[in-house]
Amino acid sequence: MKEIVTQTWSWWFSGAMIASIMFFLLFFGKSFGFSSNLRTICAAAGMGKKTKFFDFNWKKQIWNLVFLVGAIIGGFIAKQFLSTNVPVLISPETIADLGKLGFAAPSSLQPSELFGIDAMLSLKGLLILVFGGLMVGFGSRYAGGCTSGHAISGLSDLQVPSLIAVVGFFIGGLIMTFLIFPLIF
Amino acid sequence: MFRFQAFHMYGIIGTAVVLGVIGVAMIKKFRIRDIDGNPVVFMPKDKSIVRYLLGGTIFGLGWALSGACPGPMVVNIGYGFISMAIVFFSAIVGTFLYGVIKDKLPH
Repeated sequence: MKEIVTQTWSWWFSGAMIASIMFFLLFFGKSFGFSSNLRTICAAAGMGKKTKFFDFNWKKQIWNLVFLVGAIIGGFIAKQFLSTNVPVLISPETIADLGKLGFAAPSSLQPSELFGIDAMLSLKGLLILVFGGLMVGFGSRYAGGCTSGHAISGLSDLQVPSLIAVVGFFIGGLIMTFLIFPLIF
Repeated sequence: MFRFQAFHMYGIIGTAVVLGVIGVAMIKKFRIRDIDGNPVVFMPKDKSIVRYLLGGTIFGLGWALSGACPGPMVVNIGYGFISMAIVFFSAIVGTFLYGVIKDKLPH
């Protein structure tokens, strides 16, 4: 019985769970959009004093910060109680492609070449982590949402702006994967 | 996902969107109310192209480089990948940078 829960969850189950979360939040008068937490954190840290964009009543967004804490706890529960030591399931073609870029075959959920302690402490590794994060934070606010806000919530509401944002996500992802990865790895 | 060598991510997002479209349509058709008795409303987004395309592309670059969007970043932190805290902190800084220069950007 435990194996059902500890195996990698099927895509249709994960997708159904994500949709359920969106409806759950809607039922409570909220909406599913995670990246606004980044803006809330900036406001809570006092950035609103100098920058108008962060000058709003962030306390109304505390519910979403609680959601964020829940997500951290969820990750912890997944690691402690639900995971086996099966490495992330990616296709043989991907393993081969990444091998050409210098990545070993997966031994855990994330590649240690990017997220291990050595990577964190090397200049190149640190820059990759920092720039990756910077672009996600900048781009999500510029686009007014990330995958939860646009790809899930926005597309469910058939919003054309969200479709444009998702197209943008893909353009960026493809540029990084096919044009920039070979340059930096 | 961006190499088109695995269906998994498309399956996850596709399933969520299909169920989401059906559910939102039902909410609108049956005027379903939320727990406080208020009708569930959907705010239309402002009609433009540049901000969604440019912002989305920048996001996508970061998404592919770090392997995570904001939600999974914190989930990974909970899972034990401390280096994701650097990514998450950088994302907060990125959002801050946007707030500072946004009036100079095309929207």
